[in-house]
Amino acid sequence: MLKIPVNQDDHILGDPKAPVVLVEYGDYECPYCGQAYPIVKRVQKHFGKRMAFVFRNFPLTEIHPNAEMAAQTTEFAAAQGRFWEMHDGLYENQQMLGPPLFIALAQKLELSVEDLNLALTNGTYASRVKSDFMGGVRSGVNGTPTFFINGDRHDGAFGFDDLVVAIEARLQK
Amino acid sequence: MPLLQPGELAPDFTLHVTPDQQLSLSELRGRPIILAFYPADFSPVCGDQMALYNEVFPEFQKLGAELVGISVDGVWCHDEFAKSRKLHFPLLADYEPKGAVARQYGAYRQKDGFAERALFVIDGKGKIFWSYLSPVAVNPGADGILEALEDLSKLSKS
Repeated sequence: MLKIPVNQDDHILGDPKAPVVLVEYGDYECPYCGQAYPIVKRVQKHFGKRMAFVFRNFPLTEIHPNAEMAAQTTEFAAAQGRFWEMHDGLYENQQMLGPPLFIALAQKLELSVEDLNLALTNGTYASRVKSDFMGGVRSGVNGTPTFFINGDRHDGAFGFDDLVVAIEARLQK
Repeated sequence: MPLLQPGELAPDFTLHVTPDQQLSLSELRGRPIILAFYPADFSPVCGDQMALYNEVFPEFQKLGAELVGISVDGVWCHDEFAKSRKLHFPLLADYEPKGAVARQYGAYRQKDGFAERALFVIDGKGKIFWSYLSPVAVNPGADGILEALEDLSKLSKS
């Protein structure tokens, strides 16, 4: 069960009051999350206004050396209203994940590279990432990606059909 | 044999932790111990149970607990696995006789020849405070362990 309800601090695509809210706990360096990225996009398109999507950070920092900084970079972008563009940019270029990509994406989004470097050096967004992570741990996130559909952990596979079937089941309730 | 339950004494054991070092449960007395049995090193997912516990390890430590992982893999395999995942806690080799400790805890899968995903929180006096058996395909996460450790620390304060 999701212990931290979807709230105003979350990054949400769609209406938080939609009949279905899909929450993903993900890591930008995790290849399985990279696989899930285009699938989630398709699922969002499929359900349209009936579904909202929330992304929360769950970086496994010991096995993924760039994951923490990537997460902080998205939070830096979020503070300027550009979370989803940064999120998409990181997953779409996952094979190049690292500081040069963070800088390139910040430039593309016309965000200050200087401010980004400062935020990363000072760990301005570290506590935000950490609180996402610990909220995930408390909710039983056991790896990445972990999905919750209306607050319940989805333990099945995360292929397009698997997610659509699981979400349809919730819509019918 | 069913999984050992809260209130039972945790059987002591001595297992290799590195090729030339052994660790006994009784040496860790005096603080809560998390025993995490798992089937095998190198499961092919990022959702790897030991990698997750490695990330949550500082939280376990804040609650005063020690963590050890146990599987039937040998020390050399553990060594390689621990290095690849940069683990900060010891892995014990329940290797010879194979699965002997897992059996004592009711956490051995006879037909598969490896340990269950079974979790134990043992109190400072060596008694089992909490245990949990997860379906073998499901990583049990860390929420249950954290709740058990918190309950234990509340109890010891009251």
